[in-house]
Amino acid sequence: MADLRRAYGAAAWHLLLTVGCLAVAGWVALRLAGEPTAGRILLWFVGAAVVHDLVLFPAYAVADRALGRAGRSLRNHVRVPAYASALLFLVYLPGVLGLGDGTYAAATGLAPEPLLGRWLALSAGFFAVSALLYAARRLRRS
Amino acid sequence: MPTDAPPPDGPAPVEVAPRARPAYAAPARLWRALDRHRPPGVDVVDRAWRSPVRGPWLTSVLGAVLLATLPLVIVTGLLDWIAYGPRFDQAFPRDVGWLHPPVFDWPTRPAWLFRLTQGLHVTLGIVLVPVVLAKLWSVVPKLFAWPPARSVAQVLERLSLLLLVGGILFQSVTGLLNVQYAYLFGFDFYTAHWYGAWIFTAALVTHVAIKLPRMVTALRGPGFARTPVGRTAPEPADPDGLVARRPGPATMSRRGVLALAGGGALLLAALTVGQSVDALRRTALLLPRSRRVDDGPTGFPVNRTAAAAGVTADRTGPGWRLSLRAGDRTVTLDRAGLLALPQHTATLPIACVEGWSTSQTWTGVRLRDLAALVGAADPAAARVRSLERSGLFHRATLHGGQVTDPDALLALRVNGVDLSPDHGFPARVVVPALPGVHCTKWVEEIVFDG
Repeated sequence: MADLRRAYGAAAWHLLLTVGCLAVAGWVALRLAGEPTAGRILLWFVGAAVVHDLVLFPAYAVADRALGRAGRSLRNHVRVPAYASALLFLVYLPGVLGLGDGTYAAATGLAPEPLLGRWLALSAGFFAVSALLYAARRLRRS
Repeated sequence: MPTDAPPPDGPAPVEVAPRARPAYAAPARLWRALDRHRPPGVDVVDRAWRSPVRGPWLTSVLGAVLLATLPLVIVTGLLDWIAYGPRFDQAFPRDVGWLHPPVFDWPTRPAWLFRLTQGLHVTLGIVLVPVVLAKLWSVVPKLFAWPPARSVAQVLERLSLLLLVGGILFQSVTGLLNVQYAYLFGFDFYTAHWYGAWIFTAALVTHVAIKLPRMVTALRGPGFARTPVGRTAPEPADPDGLVARRPGPATMSRRGVLALAGGGALLLAALTVGQSVDALRRTALLLPRSRRVDDGPTGFPVNRTAAAAGVTADRTGPGWRLSLRAGDRTVTLDRAGLLALPQHTATLPIACVEGWSTSQTWTGVRLRDLAALVGAADPAAARVRSLERSGLFHRATLHGGQVTDPDALLALRVNGVDLSPDHGFPARVVVPALPGVHCTKWVEEIVFDG
């Protein structure tokens, strides 16, 4: 057992777990291999991780670092509304950008409603509230 | 997130002592060589992590929140598959091999059961997005750590982490696109979301089993829930390398980061629950189900229009007939004939797999009364067929309990008026706790089996 630990780098149950996990994924891959869209599924699976790690994370980290030039007290007053706005954009992106292919109309019987305006209004609201709080803090301090 | 150039006030940057190098497992020469051949950039990245709040405590708090909530999303997702009725081959995907959860007949009580389970699945899935993103942010330095492994164990664990991260992001993205009717991915949603769930679940179990002791230790240690930003300092260097080597001064406390993640979750909850609560419908500002078709009694949301289903007025007019069959007995009724039968009224939800739901008051003939008309007093199942000819849900099979429930209806009217064409005129099925897509609209035939 100690030999395995030294050679493998962890306990036997670790090997069992990770191999089990990879086996499930391998089995799923085999099952889906025959699907004509298997390549697309794999692309979206790996792509989701790659886009998050190498696009989304660096983008918001760089944007945040650029904020560093703002004063410390102002910084979180920009950061928080920007975060709220970006979060809504990310989660409700299909509606905000009006993506889709007529499925919406077929499902609901309604013409798609542009939600971009609502998102902009919500974002403006977040920044306005934050600016008001900032002004109130500055006034109280002076 | 928290990174900064030195500000005038606040604590000075602290240099955390370099971590002790763990030993190499077999083949040690390979790992040592890998460690020595550092690609350009890895040292720059290693020194670039600034946030002093990254560390075992923050990661563990976020991990604990996800550990308490993600199983709910997983279980409600599985329940959704069971609610579709795999016994009648109508759960998607159909053939799932040995990854087959135990199957039972989906109950009809409480009537809001599917509304609850599916509403939870979708709403919680949306609400957890900022928590997942915060968790990923808290561990992202590990992705760029060099060497990527010092043992076979670490290689296998990193592969399982790719499945974990890819899995949660894949499930979130496909789910979010599905509930917003944007099928950009071009593959079958049911198949992909189902198998993605299994990969993610296996990776989650593995991750939790490996990391649980670390999480417990970190949460038992000194907490930072009350530390304000002015006193926020990095944790001591940890074996996982989460703590920055050259942290900057804090621009946000750990509780501030948690409040940001929690606040984001609350914001999403506030903008999502309107899909499931009729009185709050308009508050789902950025989701497709914030709208009624009109203000009338049949203005509640539609899942598939008569036009999309290819059901035209000439087929639902006076010439429409409902055919009931059991064995060799057949009874045919027109709408007037159905209205002449004893009518029953029940307030029941229509709950969609996409997470939205609505509760309405339906009036029509009990399914068990229709069964009795053709001599099937206690049917084992009923096969319902729509006028719709194509589409995944132009027919549905109900199990015995769903046919004989006293509130299981072939509805003819809703909220005191005739059904509208988009809500299934001349007649539709409404059964307590039945997934919306199986509440077949434009019914033309019901066959009762044994």
